[in-house]
Amino acid sequence: MDKTARGHGWATLATLCLLLALWWGVTASGLVAPLFLPGPGAVAARLADLARHGFVGASLLQHAGASLARVGLAMIFAVVTAIPVGMAMGLWPRVNAALDPVIEFYRPVPPLAYLPLIVIWFGIGEATKVILITMAIFAPLAIATASGVRRVDPDRVRAARSLGASRDQVVWLVIFPSALPDILTGLRIALGVGWSTLVAAELVAASRGLGFMVQSASQMLVTDVVVAGILLIAVIALVLELLLRWVERRFAGWSGTR
Amino acid sequence: MSTLSAIVAGVTYRSRNGAVEALSGVTLDVASGEVVVALGASGCGKSTLLGLFAGFVAPTAGQVLIDGVPVTGPGPDRAVVFQDDALMPWLSAEDNVAFGLRLRGVGRAERQQVARDLLRDVGLDGFAGHAISEMSGGMRQRVGLARALAVSPRFLLMDEPLGALDELTRERMQMLLLHLWQASGKGIFLITHSIEEALFLATELVLMSPRPGRIVQRYRPDFARRFLAGEPIRAIKGDPQFLAMREDLAATILAGDEEYARHG
Repeated sequence: MDKTARGHGWATLATLCLLLALWWGVTASGLVAPLFLPGPGAVAARLADLARHGFVGASLLQHAGASLARVGLAMIFAVVTAIPVGMAMGLWPRVNAALDPVIEFYRPVPPLAYLPLIVIWFGIGEATKVILITMAIFAPLAIATASGVRRVDPDRVRAARSLGASRDQVVWLVIFPSALPDILTGLRIALGVGWSTLVAAELVAASRGLGFMVQSASQMLVTDVVVAGILLIAVIALVLELLLRWVERRFAGWSGTR
Repeated sequence: MSTLSAIVAGVTYRSRNGAVEALSGVTLDVASGEVVVALGASGCGKSTLLGLFAGFVAPTAGQVLIDGVPVTGPGPDRAVVFQDDALMPWLSAEDNVAFGLRLRGVGRAERQQVARDLLRDVGLDGFAGHAISEMSGGMRQRVGLARALAVSPRFLLMDEPLGALDELTRERMQMLLLHLWQASGKGIFLITHSIEEALFLATELVLMSPRPGRIVQRYRPDFARRFLAGEPIRAIKGDPQFLAMREDLAATILAGDEEYARHG
């Protein structure tokens, strides 16, 4: 939890309780029809049912697993490509000049805008989704890596060189670890972008995944599945976020302390 | 015995407003067993001079030599101690000290042994596993010093290493530095903007002046040797001879400033 939130957990809890009470109130009183918003009880019951029986041909675990596998695969692709590319951009202004326009050109375009093109090129299979999400993760990760590399204290590099470090040693033993906090922050932000992109992509073309589950439930007007699916997507996003924060603390805990 | 020499006609930087002459006509030797201190206000080229010795900066005209052999870049025969420690904050104190040995492929056990011995020498016994972020400025400078010593350099180049420390810590570090110098006999080049520090540490003191950076006066104080011979630091710094030299230096610096103000 953030420093600013420490000791104020009760405020967070109060908001959650208030929202839950409000939700329960408007549904239990009949103010809003269950078709538009089912009550918390109904959603919880539906979640339990989904966990047991699944939805449209796949279990809940399979839906969540499909989404997580796509994002995980894309994450691996992005990490092995964007981090080296970002390092090169940060180290050599010429590489930066060559690649920066391309990245800055596509980065602000919403992934859903170029999804149709990827569908035309790669069909509606798994490849399309993984490519889309890789592209969404790539830009913020490469940019964060490059800026982390550029921010390295030049004296730290000089110190290593005067101790006898070769060029490669400077890159891997000084610049990379110095930039690691920025890289991990970039990864955390990128993963958030990637997760929301993926779920959106599954609304368009998929037969499995949490986004698909929500989409098809909405077409069948099974509103409790829609709400349960949204809650599940949010919870998974939160867990991923906390996981990466833990990774940041574990591997880059030294930054921010000085 | 080794001598690190700068025979430099000039160092010129290209900046947005055209060429800037950072250093002009500087000849300076740092021999083993000497503490050469460059004293001057910011902009007098003393950092450029250190950069030349270290091999971070190449002279526009002239050369830097070690025993007659030209210096072509940085190297572990001239280890540098920086003002802002420039340590690797993700490594422990011990791993920072051992960093130079790791670069050379020295085995873990041997590295550890050397690092622990050096940490003890700089007064950080028992701090081997500590994180850099847990350490005070003075402790970090000790780690930086131990890291530089770990690669067994012939020369130590110190870029205002005590500039960011409080008065008392600073004085303790001055004494530590002289003791380490006595024990190792290395050639030390140190830059500072403190007149008192320069006088106390130097066996040769060069006073530098800006625009362009150059050496305007050379002195040979003997206070460092007197301290190592057993005279207490406070007695030395309160000695009329010390105070007179301090005033003389301050007056020379001030006169230089006024000269500059008159003639541009």
